[in-house]
Amino acid sequence: MYVEFAMQHAWLVPLLPALAFVAIVFLTRPWQKLSAILAVGSMALSCVIATLAAYGIFTNHEYAEKPLVYATRWFSLGLAGMPDLQIDVGVQLDPVSAMMLVMVSFISTFIFLYSMGYMNGEDGYSVFFSYLSLFGASMLLLTLSSNLLQMFVGWELVGLCSYLLIGFYTHKISAREAAKKAFVTCRIADFGLLLGLLSLQIVFGTLNLTELGEKISHFEDYTNFGILTMIAVLVFMGPIAKSGQFPLHVWLPDAMEGPTPVSALIHAATMVVAGVYLVGRTMFLFHEVESAMLLVAVTGAFTALFAATIALTQREIKKILAYSTVSQLGYMMLALGVGSLTAGMFHMWTHAFFKALMFLGAGSVLVALHHKADVWDMGGLVKKMPITAWTFVIGGLAIAGIPPFAGFWSKDEILVATLAEGHYVLFAMAAFTAFLTAFYMWRLIFLAFFGKENPANHPKESPWTMTVPLIVLAVGAIGAGWLGTPWHNVWAEWIYFGHPHHAAANYGAMLLSVVLAVAGIGLAYTMYLKDTEKVKAKAMAEQYSTAYRVLVNKYYIDELYLWFNHALVDGAAKIFYLFDIYIVDSIVNGIGAFAKVSGEGLRVFQTGRLQNYVLIFFIGVLVVAVLMAFVGPSNAVPVLGGVK
Amino acid sequence: MPADMFVLTLPFDPSALTLEMLMAVLATLVLIMGIIVPKGSRHGLGWVSLLGILGILAVAVSLWGEKRELLNGMYLLDNYALFWKITFMTAAALVILGCMRFIDNMGNQAEYYSLTLFATLGMMVMASAGDFITFYLGLELMTLSFVILVCFRKTDAKSVEAGIKYLLLAGMSSAVLLYGLTLIYGLTGSITILEIGRIIAMQPLSPALVLAVVLVIAGLGFKISAVPFHMWSPDVYEGAPTPVTAYLAVGSKAASFAIIMRLFISGLPGIWENWAMVMAILAAVTIIVGNLVAIPQTNIKRMLAYSSIAQAGYILVGLVTATEAGIKGVMFYAFLYVFATMAAFVVVAYYYNVAGSDELKDYAGLAQRSPLLAAVMLVALLSMAGIPPLAGFAGKFYLFKTIVDGYLWLVFVGLIMSMVSVYYYLRVALVMYRDDPVDATPISVSSPVAVTLVFATIATLVIGICPGPLSEIVNGAAHTFFLH
Repeated sequence: MYVEFAMQHAWLVPLLPALAFVAIVFLTRPWQKLSAILAVGSMALSCVIATLAAYGIFTNHEYAEKPLVYATRWFSLGLAGMPDLQIDVGVQLDPVSAMMLVMVSFISTFIFLYSMGYMNGEDGYSVFFSYLSLFGASMLLLTLSSNLLQMFVGWELVGLCSYLLIGFYTHKISAREAAKKAFVTCRIADFGLLLGLLSLQIVFGTLNLTELGEKISHFEDYTNFGILTMIAVLVFMGPIAKSGQFPLHVWLPDAMEGPTPVSALIHAATMVVAGVYLVGRTMFLFHEVESAMLLVAVTGAFTALFAATIALTQREIKKILAYSTVSQLGYMMLALGVGSLTAGMFHMWTHAFFKALMFLGAGSVLVALHHKADVWDMGGLVKKMPITAWTFVIGGLAIAGIPPFAGFWSKDEILVATLAEGHYVLFAMAAFTAFLTAFYMWRLIFLAFFGKENPANHPKESPWTMTVPLIVLAVGAIGAGWLGTPWHNVWAEWIYFGHPHHAAANYGAMLLSVVLAVAGIGLAYTMYLKDTEKVKAKAMAEQYSTAYRVLVNKYYIDELYLWFNHALVDGAAKIFYLFDIYIVDSIVNGIGAFAKVSGEGLRVFQTGRLQNYVLIFFIGVLVVAVLMAFVGPSNAVPVLGGVK
Repeated sequence: MPADMFVLTLPFDPSALTLEMLMAVLATLVLIMGIIVPKGSRHGLGWVSLLGILGILAVAVSLWGEKRELLNGMYLLDNYALFWKITFMTAAALVILGCMRFIDNMGNQAEYYSLTLFATLGMMVMASAGDFITFYLGLELMTLSFVILVCFRKTDAKSVEAGIKYLLLAGMSSAVLLYGLTLIYGLTGSITILEIGRIIAMQPLSPALVLAVVLVIAGLGFKISAVPFHMWSPDVYEGAPTPVTAYLAVGSKAASFAIIMRLFISGLPGIWENWAMVMAILAAVTIIVGNLVAIPQTNIKRMLAYSSIAQAGYILVGLVTATEAGIKGVMFYAFLYVFATMAAFVVVAYYYNVAGSDELKDYAGLAQRSPLLAAVMLVALLSMAGIPPLAGFAGKFYLFKTIVDGYLWLVFVGLIMSMVSVYYYLRVALVMYRDDPVDATPISVSSPVAVTLVFATIATLVIGICPGPLSEIVNGAAHTFFLH
């Protein structure tokens, strides 16, 4: 009974946090604790409903084939020369959205709880929770949407929340700059996405996911291949920025200026995977266009490798995690690009747990060390902060791909899918990335949590509101992958595109990824833990100083953009500035002045004298009469229109 | 069957006149109660009128779907007429509920309410008018009621001056209109609009007909304050008591649009090509002049007067194509215009009671004194400017959508002038939100006013965000227009 209620009222899931947002903004803002409880409570309730609804979906195999859609018409317009514009709003429940719903609401609940401890005593405590609630609502809206326009609304709203939360410490210039960068970068790409959506509407006359899926599979009836390719590429632009793919990944590492729970929630576990989710949702589109699939796969694989190499040399704990996120998002894109929705979504699922876990662990460390972020200044934290350290180790094992932790199963799935499609180069890139991942992540762990203690630090374990989410997420980081083991793959039975395909266990690939992971950890061990003076690491940095510098400076991508901005945009801007000052401004000011002067001028007629009014009235009659008599329709048509 | 036309003993069903009869009874009842009820408790008359209107509104809704034609098309009852009647009554109910205190301050409540109700009755007759006599009857009932209402504040020189001006100019415009109607009667031998439509379609265009149409356009252009027949409206709007201004701006204009569409689209479709162009030019000039002259105004009522001239220009756009879509656009816009205008004027009326001034500069810091009043004003003004997602945007969209093919230049005029209008609308917002108040005591808003304002604002938002349901209803109403 509860399950049925939850399935029919799935719209409550985004609504509850939205109501919490409204309530906090308008009513409870002066009471900090109440605001926080409201935010956490509404999200927890959403999580319960989401879980029940997901239970309903995952116990009935019908829904895997036929999604449950509750939609209503928002508005419809007839426009000349185009298919009628009909926009629906609704919720679509199927295994993919149900999984995402559970993941987002579950992780959000615990991160909200964690924020209660983390943000304690900060200015704008209530405001922070109102933003978090708005974010939760938008993300869940995006997840549940049954059509792309509604999804786009959610998409832009999460972008807005991301902006607000990155720049939450408004007194910090770097935070403000980072927020701006994130917003502008995503906006640029979203323009492409919007163009893609508009093209879909124009060509297929609908933005409803189910109808689009139906129509695109017969796209010859509607359009030719070229347009479909263009649409797919345009749509993919949105995910490139939102999910931090090369070359628009630049905003994501900077986004770490926000409070740590925000980094964990938005820039690791949920919002950044929205891009992956969108590609997964529109798989029917990409699936038809081989070149677009290849673009997705290559972008993903390249991003994965590229970000992993940058992560090797970073020193700030959250920056390392940020680049690792970019890299893992690349994995997910790679999976989608080789046509495996199963693997992509699976990695998204497991990644959400272990990456949120590690970010929260990093937050716990930062609080203990008063926001000293350089991993080289840490060391030996395991003794003072055992819960944080050991849960972080679990996260590290998961991301490195050590069985039976969650990341192993999903990463293995991606490798196998890539191999099965015959993309050997991409497979090699992915496998090498796996090695690098294990190395840089364990470099972080060895430097921060083990080895010699830094006497300047006086860490102590965080309060329960922070450690409980860590423990819960650690459990997830261990067990979330057991849904999709090659021997009994429950995951693949539910989440797939086209037909469920069940790959046999590929022991070779499994062995390879374990060996690579162990090798990475081992190398990190010898360089950063065994060698207490870190001689080797320093020697290597000196020996390969050019490569080292390139990596520390993140391939100079930011500088490249800055140079580009400086040379081209600023140069062009100067020209446009002059154009603006002398030509546009004078036109605009001219119109304004004209409006004002003519307003004043016309006002002269308003004398207040009745006789004048009557005079003008009859002049008007005369003018209209002349107009009608002498400028008949035949004369006026060419100038003034009127052809029906 | 011209012979039957003058047979007045035709059996007709008086139930088609239910709404009008009820309204007449209510208006008379309020007038009589004013004599009986002691002076101290006459404020209750507002509630009587309000409940009465709401009751008649309910009857009107229950009649939805009826289609009657009385006395050979003299009186038409269809969804088109019903929709307009609902619009008028909604406006009347809002203005009574929102301005009760203002009216109590003026005194003579019985006369005031009864005249408002008689004006409403006049509008209702106009909406159903199928021939010239009925139409003129309704028009004069409405106009004369308004003349008295405009000079209701007898001790205020401005109000009296406005009343005299309105009386004289309305009289003149009535004469012009009547002259035009007479000419049409002379040319066709009929006063029934549908009949005239059939006859004119078969005649060639004669100079006399041109003159007749011009005079009718001028006479009715006066009522909707289309430029250049608008000169009366700023003076009258400023001088009249604010609730009267509000009702004049909404009700009288909407009723005139109702009859203009009957007259031109049903009565003169044969010479559509000739008047469509004139309407397009009038619309353009009205939009331009209304918006431009609104800019230098310093009195908020005067500014709203010019803005309402501009709004009439936008509505005229819907007439140009003489299609169902255009009719729908006009009705849709008129309906949502009720809420935005009423909200703005109720704020002005309420604030006048507090501050004793209608000058824009005295609105400084309103947001600090009463967030509700400032927010309602802002939403109303932005809706008039056509900013999405407010109702005004949807309304303008439906209006201009009809003329994209063929009158693109007019779309651009509307677009550019909408941008200009944002300037003077937002200037009010700037004064309300940025400036500091001279006197910072908070203003408490009495609950009837708050209800009116919140209702109007929610309606503006809801129609804007979800125009679909209303659009469907209006489509249905516009559809019945051509079914006679």
